[in-house]
This record gives sequence, C-alpha cells and structure tokens, in this order.
Amino acid sequence: MTGNSNGFAIRTERVSRQYAMGEALVHAVEDVSIAVQAGEFVALLGSSGSGKSTLLNLLAGLDRPTSGAIYAHDHNLAEMSSQELAYHRSYTVGMVFQAFNLLPRMTLEENVELPLRLAEVDRAERPARVREAVERVSLAARLTHRPSELSGGEQQRAALARALVNRPTILLADEPTGNLDSVTGDAIMHLLQEINRNLRMTIVMVTHDRVRAARYAHRIITMRDGKLVTEGASDEIA
Amino acid sequence: MKLRDLTELAARNLREAVLRNSLTTLGIAVGVASLVAMLSLGVGLQELASTRLSRSGLFDAVFVTTQANMRAFGAPPRPAAERATTQAARKLDDDARQQLTGIKNVVEVYPEVRFPTEVQFEGKPYMTTVAGIPASARADGAFDEMKGTFFSGSEADEAILQIEFARDLSRQTESLIGKELVLRYAEKEPLPADSSATPAATAGKTAPNDSAADDAPASGGFSLVPREMKLRIIGVVETEPATGFGGFGRGRLLIPLQIAQNLRIAQPTDMREMLRGNTGKPTYESLTVRVSSPKAVQGVEDAIKGMGFGTFSILDATKNLRLFFTVFDLLLGIFGSLALTVASLGIINTLVMAILERRREIGILKALGAADRDVRRLFFAEAGAMGLLGGVLGVAIGWLIGRALTFGTNVYLARQELPPIDLSSIPWWMVVGAIAFSFFVSLAAGMYPASRAARLNPVEALRYE
Repeated sequence: MTGNSNGFAIRTERVSRQYAMGEALVHAVEDVSIAVQAGEFVALLGSSGSGKSTLLNLLAGLDRPTSGAIYAHDHNLAEMSSQELAYHRSYTVGMVFQAFNLLPRMTLEENVELPLRLAEVDRAERPARVREAVERVSLAARLTHRPSELSGGEQQRAALARALVNRPTILLADEPTGNLDSVTGDAIMHLLQEINRNLRMTIVMVTHDRVRAARYAHRIITMRDGKLVTEGASDEIA
Repeated sequence: MKLRDLTELAARNLREAVLRNSLTTLGIAVGVASLVAMLSLGVGLQELASTRLSRSGLFDAVFVTTQANMRAFGAPPRPAAERATTQAARKLDDDARQQLTGIKNVVEVYPEVRFPTEVQFEGKPYMTTVAGIPASARADGAFDEMKGTFFSGSEADEAILQIEFARDLSRQTESLIGKELVLRYAEKEPLPADSSATPAATAGKTAPNDSAADDAPASGGFSLVPREMKLRIIGVVETEPATGFGGFGRGRLLIPLQIAQNLRIAQPTDMREMLRGNTGKPTYESLTVRVSSPKAVQGVEDAIKGMGFGTFSILDATKNLRLFFTVFDLLLGIFGSLALTVASLGIINTLVMAILERRREIGILKALGAADRDVRRLFFAEAGAMGLLGGVLGVAIGWLIGRALTFGTNVYLARQELPPIDLSSIPWWMVVGAIAFSFFVSLAAGMYPASRAARLNPVEALRYE
C-alpha cells in the first residue's frame, strides 16, 4: 500500500499505539498525524511518558501501530512484513539512542561496520564506508577502541557514525544528548545540524530539551499524554 | 546476513562467554564421548568376534560332499528309493575339485587329509593324529601366537606340533623346535594289472579300482607299504587349529597339505570306492572350499549345489551373530544417547540464558536492520558451532576411553598370560556419524532458544537493562 507522499520523507495518519498493562489499556500514542518533509529537522518535544519515544519507534519500524498508517517514502509501515520492516530499518532509517547502544565487545570500527554486515554490503566496500562515516564524526583515530575506552560524547558520535554508515534518508534520534553534559550535548547537536544541512538528511529527534529543540530544529512537534499538542516552526513554539 | 558474517558474529559471541560456552561444549563432548565409547566397544567386540571366528575358517568355508555322502544334520534317514538314486550322484574327484576352484570368490579348495599314525621321536614311538594344513591356514588366528615359524613351503618336510602332543614329547616344548622326528605310515601302492603278490598287505584284488593317482597300469587293487619320513619340527602351536568342518581340528601333528597328499595314505573311502568299482581318478570323501569372505559364502554354496554336490556352512550362525551385535550396538547406542540428551538440555539452558543476557544486544541488532531470520540463524550458528566442536571433542574423548578400556583389559589379559586384544574400534563412519549427530542434536536443541530470540520485541529489548 502506498500513499501520496507530496515530498514528505515520513508521514503518519491518525496513528495510535495502545498497550495492555494488566487489565488497563494504555494509550501511548493516540490519533497522531504528522508529516515530515524530506531534508527537514523536526524535534518531537514532550515530557516523560508523553509518547514521543513510542512515536519514534513506530517511525523506525521497531514497533507496529495499533491503528492508523505510517508512510515512509510512500510505503506504509503498518502493512509491512517483519522482513520488510527489517529492510526499512536497514536502508531507510538510521537510529541514535540516548544510551548510545554500542555493542561493548566490539571495537568502534566493528560497531560501525555492523549495519553493513546486516545489509549484506560487499566486504570490499565496507572499509571505505566505515572510514567515511567515522571521519564525518571525527573519530577516525579511535577505530580500534572499544566503547568503554571512549567518552560519552565519543560514544554518541560513534553511534551517529553507525547510523549514517548505511546512508539512510532519515535519521531518528531518541534523546541523543540525554546522557551528555551540556558542552558535549551541544557538540552532538551541531553535528546533527551539520548532517542535516550537508547531507540533506531528514532528522526526527525526540527530546525534552525545549531550548536545544528551538535552537537546532526547523520545526517542533509537542506531545502530551500520547497526543499531538502543538506543531510549528521552532522559533514560533519556543 | 551472509554466512561468513553470521559465522564471524557467532564465533565472536562464543568467545565472549568463553567459560559458559566451553562448559556447555564440554557437556556435549561428554555426551558424544559416552555414545562413541559405547558404540566403539560394541563394534570392537563385534569385530573381535567376527575376526576370530572368520580366521577360524568356519565362516568363510563351505563343506562339500557328494550328494550320496551328504545328509542334513538331524534329518531323518532318507527312503530307500532316494538312497538308490544317490548311487548315481556326482563324484568328488579332481575334475570336480578343479571346477570348484573356478567358482567366483573361491580362494582355495582342499581335501581333508587326517590319519592316525605312529611317530618315532628320540627312539620312542608315539601314536598321534597327523593333519594336512593348507597354506592359507597361515592367516588363522591359531598360528598367531605359535612358537617357531609356519611351514616354509607347501612341500617342506616340516612339522608343527600341537602343544599337548609336544608336551608328550618333551617338558621343554620350545626345545623341540629344530629337532627331527620320524613319521611312520602306510602308503597305498597300486597293484599292477597282473600282480598277485605284494610285499605287504594287499586289497581289492578282484575289484578293479585305483583310488590313488598313479600312472602305472592298475589292477584296481592296491597294497599297503610301510614307509617312514623324516620331518623337522619348526613350531609349536598352542591353540588347536580348526580350519573347516571337522577339518584338521584334532590334529596333533601338522604337516603341509601337499606333503600329506603326496604320502598317499590309505583313507577310509579307498575301500568303499574300490568295492563300488570306481576306477581311474581318485575321489574325495569331502572337500573344503575356502571363500574370499563370509558374505560370499551363500553365493558359492548355491553354485556348488547347482553342480550337484551337497554343501554345508554355518552361514546361519553368522547371521545370528550379526543380529546379536546389532541389538547389542543398539542398546549401547541408547545408553550413549541418554548422555547426549542431557547435554542437549545443557545447550538449551545455555542459549536461553544467553537470550536473557543478550536481550539488549538482540534489540540493537534489530534496530540496525537485523531481521528475525538473522537473529534466529545467529543463535542456530552458535548452537551448531557448540555441537560441532563438542562432537569433535567427544569423538576424541570417546577414542581415549576406548584406548583406556583396551589398555586396562590387555593388562588383565597379560596377567592371565592371554594374548592382547583390541577391545574398541572407531570406524570412519562412526566419527562422521557422531559429529553429525552432535551437530544436528545441537541445532534441534537451539531451535527453541533461537526462535524465542527471533521473536523478541526490539522495543522491549532496548528498554531492558
């Protein structure tokens, strides 16, 4: 099933996600419709439990909506098989997490190479792709280091390199500065902005930091209790 | 994910939890080792029994008689009419012997030559039974542990003594080797056609017969001439050789078969053949047909029956022996498999624990694009690798157990002054089979954990601390 994208990189139509917790039904995301233009930098703002991370997981294809549709480049994620969702996560989106989620046993180089292995990229092509990604985040000198040997900021940059290595069109970042001090956090935000500008990569970032959202994102979407509250240009909402 | 990447990732994961995975692999190895040790014991004993029995000459031999002489063991006497027809049964002569030799898979055809006679040793007479031994008997187990050597040739004037007879001659049996003894026997000498007198006892003057091979014009009768022959003792054999049915078992003085035949000893059949009026070619009461392997016995037996002779082999006994060992192997295999079942539970436990430990990792892999199939295959590869490694290790341990059992048994046998044996045997099919079995059992054990890991919700997995 495809929908008319009208230049949107990703778009949701009345998407909802409910969880059963015991006998109670939790509406994590309720009837949310958003549309992100290709090359746009959007911040999903909200307090804890507002449903922003759940929405991001739905956009990433890590989770399936209870109802509604999610279109990524015209393809409805809600109707994809698990194999197709894996393909979407591999080629269309790159993900960055608050906790970095690097594999501790692997070196930086191996961590960055991992998505290439999963995407069955030719082995001969991989070293150049890894180098390109780590140079973009200025970590070329740390290739042989394990995550435990890197600082928080370096780990997040490594995670960013890993998210970029498969050349996705959409970058999804879940609280990328949540575990970093303000200086390092700003450096990461600069990097995201640079990637957005230079690579024309669409970025959807979940954050609860209104100031950073206003400073770096083109547009802010605010959520509360699983519902979309406000949506507008960052300078308007800030 | 490509196979090479999958293998590399699986190997990395196995290396990371080296202690736990090593213990699981060791568990598999112990299971495989017990299976291999049990089966190798079964196969070893089977081979031991088969080899010993086969080398005894009982399982690769067909006993051939004329239809007239053959009567099934335990069968009731045949009616008179049937007995009458047997008078015309085919003769077991040299032509028949030649024909039997030409049958496919027949190695050797030889008559039974055994006779009681007197032996002179150091001036003293001894009564004993002489048996002719074919050259093929050298391969018999009976001659493995003999003192001295086997016959140097098929017409060597040499003798091997059975230990009991050797003890009659001397307390120091080994000291007999190299000494000479004199064989005294009665030789058949054909009478000339017009002969009416012989230097010794004569027989069959009235019946035309010549049961001995001789070029002289024969009268059909023969005389018995006392002869002597010097033989050099070249060996003492402990086990009684038993080549063929009633062959030269019970022989106490063994000489080359060709020599025994050349002696032209009067046989019990000679008188009967003479009375029946058989002339010309010599006939045999029975012949032993040595076949290339016990498997070929049935075919050879059928071919001989088709030629009009009676046969007997203990093929059925071989079949029963095989059946016994098949059941024996099966039982040993079941016991061994129980150990492998326990090892399989170890694999399931290890991999289920690994899922709990690696929930977050599975979530990350899925977030980076791993499909359910990739995760399943990764866990499968890890289970398979442990199975393969455990299988190889298990075969090695099983082999060592077999060696240890053989060593222990041989120490005991040596104390009993018995020859050593090879108690266990690991043929190539057992090595391949055990490793493959271990591999597939491990894959089966990894099925549930792998499928559980594949189904893991990535959102929950990433949330997991």
